[in-house]
Amino acid sequence: MLRKLFPHPLLTLVLTAVWVMLVNVLTLNAVVFGLILGTIVPLVTAAYWPDRPRLRSPLKIAEYILVVLWDICVANVQVAWIILFKRNADLASTWVTVPLDLRTPEAITILAGTITMTPGTVSADMAEDGTSLLVHCLHAPDPKGTVHDIKSRYERRLMEIFE
Amino acid sequence: MIVEYSIAVLLVLAGFFGLVGSFGLLKLPDQMTRLHAPTKATTLGVGGVLIASMLYFFGVEGTLSFHELMITLFLFLAAPIVAFFIARVQLRNHVAEKELPTPKRAGTRWAGHLGQDRGSD
Repeated sequence: MLRKLFPHPLLTLVLTAVWVMLVNVLTLNAVVFGLILGTIVPLVTAAYWPDRPRLRSPLKIAEYILVVLWDICVANVQVAWIILFKRNADLASTWVTVPLDLRTPEAITILAGTITMTPGTVSADMAEDGTSLLVHCLHAPDPKGTVHDIKSRYERRLMEIFE
Repeated sequence: MIVEYSIAVLLVLAGFFGLVGSFGLLKLPDQMTRLHAPTKATTLGVGGVLIASMLYFFGVEGTLSFHELMITLFLFLAAPIVAFFIARVQLRNHVAEKELPTPKRAGTRWAGHLGQDRGSD
């Protein structure tokens, strides 16, 4: 019963927090309305999100966020450098296949999002059986190294969080 | 004083990265490489403005503002998804399957090319 009413308790909490921050004042009013939204939205969208992901080590999430934020700063500088100082003819842009060990859909979504936000890579497609991602690299003289970086830096951490 | 200087520095940095990102859109050679400019260079551009704004409200006006965190959250949700959509359309309409590396498991195809047997041209 409780599980039916709150299919995603974490989503309920997040939506409430988001609503309070959107209102930008911490009042009972805002919290109650946030809770109402946090109850209705997961209920309405439950059909599209049947599974509940298990977070094995929530502490690692903080580490993951910090690593990704740092990488985004680095990525920005690198991409800016490539845009400003590299001739188009010297660009070694390629497609690479990233084989996945992750099985949880939520984790793969986060990995794909991370790849897009970080150094010179955009995730573009997924294999029909969900075991590899297609990634486009802006400048990758060493495609194998790029794949290795993605797997050791992000996928390994996501494995620890989700699986 | 220090707060105002940091805000100014952040704004200038943000403006610079925003400009580079937009310039990248013009300069890079094809659709897929052009996708890299707005998904990255602009993140730091927008991020810089948001941090500057939080600093301003906290340091100058003395209030804590959460709207910037929310904008960051929405940006981080929206940017990869939109980039994924654009990449997928580009793949399906303008990139032949032959040009792509194959998925890990032999015999499987990229989801974006399923149900499209006439081949792309």
